[in-house]
Amino acid sequence: MNTVLPDVTLDAPINLSRRRFLASTAVGALVIGFGLPLGASRVQAATGAGAERGTQVPAFLEIRPDGSVRLLSPFMEGGQGTHTAMAQIIGEELDADPATFTVEAAPPGEAYVVMENGMRITGGSMSVRMSYPTMRRLGALARAMLLQAAAEQLGVPVAQLTTQPGRVVHAASGRSLGYGELAGRALDMPVPDPAGITLRDPSQFRWIGKPVKRLDAYDKSTGKAQYSIDLKVDGMLHAAVQHAPRLGMTVGSLRNQAQVEAMKGVHSVHTLPGAVAVVAERWWHAKRAVEAIQVDWLEAAADSSVRAMPADFSSDTYRDFLAAQQGPTRDDENQGDVAATLASAKTRVDATYHNQYLNHAQLEPPSALARYNPDGTLEVWLPNQAPDMFRADIAKRTGLSLEQITLHSPLLGGFFGRHFLYDSANPYPQAIALTKAVGRPIKLIWSREEEFVRDVLRPVAVVKFRAALDDQGLPLAIEAVSATEGPTEAIAGKQGDKLDPTALEGLSGKSYAIPNKRIAQIYVKGPAMLGYWRSVGNSLNDFFYEAFLDELADKGGHDPYELRLHLLRDNARLTTLLRAVGELSGGWKRGPFTAEDGSRRARGVAMASPFGSHAAVVAEVSIENGQVKVHDIWQAIDPGSIVNPAIIEAQVNGAVALGLSQTLLEEAVYVNGMPRARNYDLYPILPPSRMARVHVKIVESGEKMGGIGEPPLPAVAPAVANAVARLTGQRIRSLPLSRYTFS
Amino acid sequence: MELRINQQAYQVDADADTPLLWVIRDDLGLTGTKYGCGLAQCGACSVLVDGNVVRSCVTPVAALVGREITTIEAIEADEVGKRVVAAWVDRQVAQCGYCQSGQVMAATALLKHTPAPSKAQIDAAMVNLCRCGTYNAIHAAMDDLAAGKETA
Repeated sequence: MNTVLPDVTLDAPINLSRRRFLASTAVGALVIGFGLPLGASRVQAATGAGAERGTQVPAFLEIRPDGSVRLLSPFMEGGQGTHTAMAQIIGEELDADPATFTVEAAPPGEAYVVMENGMRITGGSMSVRMSYPTMRRLGALARAMLLQAAAEQLGVPVAQLTTQPGRVVHAASGRSLGYGELAGRALDMPVPDPAGITLRDPSQFRWIGKPVKRLDAYDKSTGKAQYSIDLKVDGMLHAAVQHAPRLGMTVGSLRNQAQVEAMKGVHSVHTLPGAVAVVAERWWHAKRAVEAIQVDWLEAAADSSVRAMPADFSSDTYRDFLAAQQGPTRDDENQGDVAATLASAKTRVDATYHNQYLNHAQLEPPSALARYNPDGTLEVWLPNQAPDMFRADIAKRTGLSLEQITLHSPLLGGFFGRHFLYDSANPYPQAIALTKAVGRPIKLIWSREEEFVRDVLRPVAVVKFRAALDDQGLPLAIEAVSATEGPTEAIAGKQGDKLDPTALEGLSGKSYAIPNKRIAQIYVKGPAMLGYWRSVGNSLNDFFYEAFLDELADKGGHDPYELRLHLLRDNARLTTLLRAVGELSGGWKRGPFTAEDGSRRARGVAMASPFGSHAAVVAEVSIENGQVKVHDIWQAIDPGSIVNPAIIEAQVNGAVALGLSQTLLEEAVYVNGMPRARNYDLYPILPPSRMARVHVKIVESGEKMGGIGEPPLPAVAPAVANAVARLTGQRIRSLPLSRYTFS
Repeated sequence: MELRINQQAYQVDADADTPLLWVIRDDLGLTGTKYGCGLAQCGACSVLVDGNVVRSCVTPVAALVGREITTIEAIEADEVGKRVVAAWVDRQVAQCGYCQSGQVMAATALLKHTPAPSKAQIDAAMVNLCRCGTYNAIHAAMDDLAAGKETA
């Protein structure tokens, strides 16, 4: 196989899995797949109009002569384990061991729009829950095609055939055929009517619901996994950029262009919207040269197409600005009579909370590889969570038709919301402009510093709470008014006709039985460009609400765990979940108490219900050198039903880590319109030493399937803050805790 | 200059102060070693130099002439490295995987010097950043390795 590689890779990208396929084809190990040759043509041919969602089997599956299965997944793998989950779901119905699957991200195209909401994105913790029945059916359709092919080949009725993993079996005659032997004939089979497909009885599942090993574990432990930043094509040049220090500024002049052009390895110097770029044979030369450019930046024009960052913007001052906003407000929830209840209340609790900006800080810096082919078509490799949106945007920018653009979606080196379509925060427009300018393929990598100055930020809010307690100290009314801008309305650049749900989720949608409640937003268009960050609005709002709820418990003289049980007394699902986390932690014990090592500790509890799932968290903390040490996080999570418990446990660990990071130490601080941190030295993310032990209990209520990537995050911060309040008496109403000193 | 990487000699035409990371990634095509920060903050670029873990993003290539460099691509040629990879797979450590080359290199370096490290030694050596939060899985794998547990 190796011997043919030079022949087939002359004009093909190397390091791409496609090469393996082409190579095996070239040596005559004829790959008989369902469907047409790989790539865009196959997909376009499979994109017939009017087909029912997720039924175009040849667009998704290729079964090789050895019986292995290649799946083109609608969803991107960025660590959350969705490629393994897809292999489990499809393999279960196809009757093929997920371990025999190779999974790659599918190209853009209607065939892959499989989510029940009519979208195809990797985000919102939606991949599995929004495609589960469809992907099961896809596997079952493929199995039916293999059965039909076997019936013809063996000359027996389909009804006499069964399957075992990877084989069709004719029990009566003792004959069987491997899927790989049948794939050629199955190619000619029409896709059966989905209505006639019977799915497997869940009680018979072999892989769904089991801790199936990740398909990518070995490649990711040996450096073999390839990310966008690793890719290379023939004739490629490297590029680096220097961004304007503030978004919206434009290039005035380059004071030392001639000197930079003369620097070693430099191919050319370019001016781009809001940036300068250097193209070189090596990225290191490009980076050094572009950093050496002395640019006279011009202030943003009044008609700037991007959100211009003002020179006097300070994130600390902006918090005061938000706190001063009085309205107008728009209600998201309004129940009972909050105003009257507050006015007549004997016991009132009022508090103001706020949070910090955050960066995504995924470990893989953004990059894009772009190449114009001789026929004028454009090929782009880039990290993304929404390939169709990116391709449409590229078409708009280049004037090409969708069919002229091939978009590849490599593995993501972390995403957490970073790789959606953010107009000002993606390198591919620059890479495309540069490849057009120099006539050779370009791989552009943003240095960590250039990433931190253009990354979109997790939103901030100032929330004013007012609450009333009854004679028993129980909440009668709660009001939360949030001065904020949600990420969706930030991307749109304006407030929509309806409230941006990502602005208030986590304040809205609470299940506690409080008779009078009002959740409202004061829309404040801010100067910083915003984006989605793992668990989105819930990442801040559940902190606010759940910490304030503990304040109500304290004021009313109730234990916060017992108060929650009381407020959820008519909600069996959440009561079960809260009891589950209590049991998991060895029984609810608020403290303070003295641990075995002599440290004084306390525990806090919090809940969250994001993305169709529900979570309950208990945190145990102590104070070490004036800072909070989180020892243990117990988390019970109810996603309804599950596909892979091992991956869920890993996702809970990951979400807890990110939750602790934003709780303990992480914040993006702006001074004079510029981020204080341009790298991890001044933007600390959770190091191993600050990680907590994590204990996970999965509760399968059997309700509608919910998400997993994000739901375990939001309850972490309030559980920690509540534990800290119990231990120290200090009620913390903002994050991160590193802004405070504790004793 | 000549560099010895993964038991092979390479003639490298690079400026003396070029970080090793960019030579192995761009000149030699060994992309398993990752760029994360360029400031020796995250550890994604970790390689072994004479068996010690080094952050290649800040290590000038000229300083490495005559030294034996090992990258993730050759990790399974090393008996200790092979055990580390097996433990990483067994414990299903990786999520996005981007930092894991560096984590595996750091683990291998520790275990080559200290076959049965204490918890404190593991904590001191395993300091690379992971944004996916795989720290507990890394510790589980390290505990297995420190205890001499064999994984398939």
